[in-house]
Amino acid sequence: MNGWVGENISVLARWIVLLPLLGAAVAGAMALAKVRRGAHWAAIAGVGGAAALSVLIAGGFAGDPDLAMRVAVGEWMPIGIGASFGFYIDGLTAVMLATVTVVSFLIVVYSRGYMREDAGYPRFFALLALFVASMCVLVLADNFLLLYLGWEAVGMCSYLLIGFWYRKPSAANAAVKAFAVNRIGDLGFAIGVLTIVLTLGAAGYGEVFGRVGEWSAGMATLVALLLFCGAVGKSAQLPLYVWLPDAMEGPTPVSALIHAATMVTAGVYMVARCGAIFAASPVALEVVAIVGGLTAIYAATIALAQYDMKRILAYSTISQLGYMFLGVGVLAPAAGVFHLVTHAFFKGLLFLTAGAVMHAMAGEIDIRRIGGLRRIMPVTYGACLVGCLALAGVPPLAGFWSKDEIIGAALHGHPVLGMLAIVTAALTAFYIFRMFFRAFHGELRVPAEAGRHAGEVERWMRWPMALLAAGSVAVGAALGWPVGHGWIERVLEGATAWSGSAGHAAEEGGVSHWFVSGGLTVLALAMVGLAWVLYRGGRGVVERWGVGSGAGRALLRGAYGLVHQKYYVDEVYQAAVVGPLRRLAWGSDATDSSVINGVLYTIAAVPRGLGYGLRLLQRGAVQGYALAGLVVLALMLLAILRLAG
Amino acid sequence: MSQHLLPYIVLSGLIFTVGLVGFVTRRNLIVMFLSSEVMFQAVIIAAVAFGRFHGTLEGQAFVMMLLAVAAAEAAVGLALIIVVFRGRQTLDAETLTEMRG
Repeated sequence: MNGWVGENISVLARWIVLLPLLGAAVAGAMALAKVRRGAHWAAIAGVGGAAALSVLIAGGFAGDPDLAMRVAVGEWMPIGIGASFGFYIDGLTAVMLATVTVVSFLIVVYSRGYMREDAGYPRFFALLALFVASMCVLVLADNFLLLYLGWEAVGMCSYLLIGFWYRKPSAANAAVKAFAVNRIGDLGFAIGVLTIVLTLGAAGYGEVFGRVGEWSAGMATLVALLLFCGAVGKSAQLPLYVWLPDAMEGPTPVSALIHAATMVTAGVYMVARCGAIFAASPVALEVVAIVGGLTAIYAATIALAQYDMKRILAYSTISQLGYMFLGVGVLAPAAGVFHLVTHAFFKGLLFLTAGAVMHAMAGEIDIRRIGGLRRIMPVTYGACLVGCLALAGVPPLAGFWSKDEIIGAALHGHPVLGMLAIVTAALTAFYIFRMFFRAFHGELRVPAEAGRHAGEVERWMRWPMALLAAGSVAVGAALGWPVGHGWIERVLEGATAWSGSAGHAAEEGGVSHWFVSGGLTVLALAMVGLAWVLYRGGRGVVERWGVGSGAGRALLRGAYGLVHQKYYVDEVYQAAVVGPLRRLAWGSDATDSSVINGVLYTIAAVPRGLGYGLRLLQRGAVQGYALAGLVVLALMLLAILRLAG
Repeated sequence: MSQHLLPYIVLSGLIFTVGLVGFVTRRNLIVMFLSSEVMFQAVIIAAVAFGRFHGTLEGQAFVMMLLAVAAAEAAVGLALIIVVFRGRQTLDAETLTEMRG
């Protein structure tokens, strides 16, 4: 990279991490000092500064996309495996940094309005800024141990922010659930990292990726699958996705930032970053693609039957993350990362609009209880429409470009999963417009508790939504045009060289790709139309046709109930994993308190009882002692006389 | 000399018994203290008698030391009794049961 950015990249990269960290420190100090006023400025300045620097770096990469560089910041563990505070900056890093910090910045600004009256105001901004700093460490790391540090730091921030309203039992439980489920994935990830260090004696990306060939095929598969284990937990894929819907208990900006736009994409980033390892193992890539494809369609079906706006969006997020893994798994990492970028914009936007609705409706976002909001919330309505169109994949909005590339590549590399992805795209368009029409169209329905809040939200919340909406419109075409040769492909080319020529499967199709794009567009619009027909009146399918008797109606009700209850997966996990573990814990506890403590108490009881008996002799009467002494003396004399006689 | 040992031992035993019975039965601390002194004298008589019986001087030498120790002990003991009396206005041994286990 040439020019000013290239020369100063070492300083720039440092400040990208340090600015949010400073913001977090200032806001944290204010939280401790119980100062509310102006706490948001610390976070806004820190994250905003990082966003400006990141955009600068990304802009620098536009000039020279092939370049990659290491920035040594400091020594960490001088044990000869390359575990240092070092940054690795290439196209992938630049794209991730820009996405994370820009979306974070807008959401932090939004939080100023959303959290205005919350008691934990400064604490919230301290945690948000800390999260952004951790995420930047994760993305910038040049070795697996620093990556792991960032990985766990974002997990901790996620835990603290899901449980932000810690007095609410459901929020506290959701935080614990997120943390515990992530532990399962992270255990695999940690073992994977340790395996890399043990077998290669190195943790730096450059050395590890250069020496992947030293592994046998089985070893490469093992390492790749262990790493993927961490990605499955962090990015909420089957079977560890269960924490993400519950994570919606946190404040909505947290859902938007951490559980939609940034942290959950860390798994995708990590798999793309470690592509050299995955490319060495066709089996692992196959697993990534299958898990991604299945998760995409599975979560999309659940989203069909949810009523809570944030839950619909949460399952949608799981589904879209599945797309990203599918893209990476079929050797189209650029498409997967592209979808990551566009998804960060439009899903962040959708969550912010859901937050705006929640704000205006006094916490009520059940689409059975609200409706017709376009009349009282025109800005939110417009923003949500843009987000929904982008998610549905309607051209020329952002989601269209990236989703198309993934589906094109999937059809080329894995036709079955490609078909599934097309079905998922149709479901996606349907469920998101089901939410949209029920919430914003039809007759005006506002829950009574909303009261005077019902109306458009304030300036601090409107502007971030407007900017994200602009991003959701523009970012796809700006980065992805022309298809297969867009800015993002050029920037990512060096970082995703491991995928070889297969990464450009989509463009090789030529005519067939345009056929797919056209077909998908028609499909998406058709599903939007279907949703319009079914839901514009504000009533649901089951409410209309599922009432009454008859086998068909009962079947509809049953199927809907099954999906609404999320296929009872939480209950199955509860019975199959949590229940036995809890019983084991009870058993251990009982053993501890009865057997082990029992033995100890018994041993202790012997001297205690002896002492208790002997205590009776100590009567405090001096004459009694004398008498006892006399008796003993007499007996001793008697014994002596006997023995002598 | 040996034929005269028995009466001394008997006398010593009788005096000792008097002291012992007094010590165990009386409740007044001063009387109990006196009784213990009586038992002391019984021991001293026995010591002198045995000394004469064996024709050695150790018995009488020990007696000198015993008398000195007994005098010191009497001073300490009486001082303690006075302190006890000042503290509780009674010398009844039955009431002194604070050390009961």
